[in-house]
Amino acid sequence: MLSIDRSIIDAIIAHARRDHPDEACGVVAGPVGSDTPVRHIPMDNAARSMTFYEFDSMEQLRVWREMDDRDEEPLVIYHSHTATEAYPSRTDTDLAGVPEAHYMLVSTREPDTEEIRSYRIVDGVVTEEPVQIVDPTVDPHAVQSYMFGQSPTTVDYECSPGR
Amino acid sequence: MAIEVRIPTILRTYTGGAKTVEGSGDTLAALLSDLDSRHAGLRGRLITEQGGLHRFVNIYVNDEDVRFLGSLDAKLNDGDNVTILPAVAGGAFGFAAAAALLGRNTAR
Repeated sequence: MLSIDRSIIDAIIAHARRDHPDEACGVVAGPVGSDTPVRHIPMDNAARSMTFYEFDSMEQLRVWREMDDRDEEPLVIYHSHTATEAYPSRTDTDLAGVPEAHYMLVSTREPDTEEIRSYRIVDGVVTEEPVQIVDPTVDPHAVQSYMFGQSPTTVDYECSPGR
Repeated sequence: MAIEVRIPTILRTYTGGAKTVEGSGDTLAALLSDLDSRHAGLRGRLITEQGGLHRFVNIYVNDEDVRFLGSLDAKLNDGDNVTILPAVAGGAFGFAAAAALLGRNTAR
């Protein structure tokens, strides 16, 4: 399960919308071993493509060093698909080189709805995981009843069926 | 002559889990051969069967991408720091050539 703050998700979606129709990409860093992503780092897509993304190698070195200096690790690596679903492509799977990261995909194919999904990709094997979006700004006492699997301050996105 | 080499998680299976290892060599090619003598298989994850650097691996000498320093011919000096990072790349579709370039299927 990936648990992540609503404000970070909003920033990632805004980045993906801004770069649409090109793919957008970036990282969310968090303290080593915490599994808590806290620092959103939008990255340049050096490929500037609608169907491919690649971190700029020098920007990546700078950002990775910075994480090292702050005792952080890349907990989430995200990119957008701009015409297809938020599921890892063959290319994504073949090139996934950070087995400890949550690979998040955002689809911007629909202008009005957000599609966010998260995966582990290890040795070419893709495993989807639920995403829990935490919203600390919501007053937990403001809502009197809520759906199963949700609370006033969190929304759980289950894995999509059929995969 | 010692050169410190930082190893990314995905390649630490070759270094017994070590984050950094030491090696020697006056070029990147020589360093990778030296490392492979103690960490067998590591070189094969970085260099293609054709003998070039893998497209989706980044290697840096100090603060510079070795692609700007002559790639495998990049000159090394005692005390240099070498960093290996997996390139972060992917995309929706079409880039089948990417996987072919990587040669992952044979490397694994």
